[in-house]
Amino acid sequence: MHDGTVAVTAAASPDAGLTAAELAAKYGLSVSGARPSLVEYVRQLWGRRHFILAFSQAKLTAQYSQAKLGQLWQVATPLLNAAVYFFIFGLILHASRGMSQDVYIPFLVTGVFVFTFTQSSVMSGVRAISGNLGLVRALHFPRASLPISFSLQQLQQLLFSMLVLFAVSIGFGSYPGLSWLLIVPVLVLQFLFNTGLALIVARMGAKTPDLAQLMPFLLRTWMYASGVMFSINNMLAGRPEWIVRVLQVNPVAIYMDLMRFALIDGYGSSHLPPHVWAIALFWAVVFFAGGFVYFWKAEERYGRG
Amino acid sequence: MAEQHNQDRRPTVIADDLHIVYRVNGAKSGKGSATAALSRILRRGEERGVRKVHAVRGVSFVAYRGEAIGLIGSNGSGKSTLLRAVAGLLPAEKGKVYTDGQPSLLGVNAALMNDLTGERNVILGGLAMGMSREQIKERYQDIVDFSGINEKGDFITLPMRTYSSGMAARLRFSIAAAKDHDVLMIDEALATGDRKFQQRSEERIRELRKEAGTVFLVSHNNKSIRDTCNRVLWLERGELRMDGPTDEVLKEYEKFTGK
Repeated sequence: MHDGTVAVTAAASPDAGLTAAELAAKYGLSVSGARPSLVEYVRQLWGRRHFILAFSQAKLTAQYSQAKLGQLWQVATPLLNAAVYFFIFGLILHASRGMSQDVYIPFLVTGVFVFTFTQSSVMSGVRAISGNLGLVRALHFPRASLPISFSLQQLQQLLFSMLVLFAVSIGFGSYPGLSWLLIVPVLVLQFLFNTGLALIVARMGAKTPDLAQLMPFLLRTWMYASGVMFSINNMLAGRPEWIVRVLQVNPVAIYMDLMRFALIDGYGSSHLPPHVWAIALFWAVVFFAGGFVYFWKAEERYGRG
Repeated sequence: MAEQHNQDRRPTVIADDLHIVYRVNGAKSGKGSATAALSRILRRGEERGVRKVHAVRGVSFVAYRGEAIGLIGSNGSGKSTLLRAVAGLLPAEKGKVYTDGQPSLLGVNAALMNDLTGERNVILGGLAMGMSREQIKERYQDIVDFSGINEKGDFITLPMRTYSSGMAARLRFSIAAAKDHDVLMIDEALATGDRKFQQRSEERIRELRKEAGTVFLVSHNNKSIRDTCNRVLWLERGELRMDGPTDEVLKEYEKFTGK
């Protein structure tokens, strides 16, 4: 019953004696699935910009498509989040210490939204590859499209939250002024930082999916250390200066403080650490460039069994 | 089919002693309890809760432009894995695959989202395959017409989750087949849809082949292989058992499965 002989198709005579590699070279065939150079990779990624944007918007829309209120949840979710944090930290725990209610509530809401932006970028970054293996194994595209697309989705989500934030700020007496223009560079820098971080955890999560289980705990620790619901300055008053500075240069704390500085009238530059813009730029550039290269280095290995 | 001999034979895909090994996490035979998992993690070594599946073992072949190649073999013989490796989506353990241009797997379904309308999925799927917005706009109507989704009312503006499985499969095939591929690989896509749609897709495959590409088709339906392919690779247990003209290989295969 084992009569299956391998019938080799008669190759055309000029190619008969060639090995596979020589044959490939002769006709200009390239190795399938090899990693492109960094420049080529960036070029490919740029070619996919429409896909990256469309994918992030599709994910955003799909999120609430089964809900009766539909896209209204884009605004309602952050609003409810802010209300819960205000109830717990503002009314029950009195975490406001040394800040008037008019400053504290926008302070808290800004903190929650800005931190959530980074938090959800990291969470979706961890699953960007491991949660989309079907896509990775079926289609060709630079894999960095996925984490970048998810970060972009979070950015769009944050823009909805910003509407709530503007309403809260105005409601507590901080009116739009020139300083609100600073929101744009802060968002750009934080987006770059988030994307870089998402790229890093995406590669780690692709190799070790368990990271998705661990991440919420790391992120929560990070949140409590970043001064989301209290001011690092006021909380640590009397402690050595360097401890305060170390906590303050934490990237999320930097972006949070800059956003508060831009939005809230009663939150002046005395709350900011020195060289704050330089540090904000530093984190953004280092994480984005580093994360991008780190992710690219494993490009050909994503999607392996 | 005599046409293949007149063409100058330009290789499009060369597989050279290709081996593919899957690594599966947490599928180690033995106790599945948490303590067992922990002890596996603590016990350092190469194999920590990882099981290897050797899916393709040393396959070599050369595919030429204008060929339609059928892949046959029983379930789990490594057909789909081989396609993914040729597409560069699964890295080779050993050996190499050389390709001309970028082979694409007809597998756009992974990019589509059930909660979105058919309309948005056509655009999303097209972008995911690397088409430009202009190309999609240009072919949008063709895709919708080909899928026949709108034959029973305006379904294209409804979310895909409201489609029947046949309708969804037709839309997926239509999106995937809208692009001109250098090397196109189809994994049992023809088994879906009604008879009318199957004929239409077979026709489209022949068309794609004529556009100087190479088509790979995985199917358990010997008839659709016979209708579309001029060469067949027969895989069994990850090894290439036979490679030749459709009629010859299918005859042996039918003898083999008949027993």
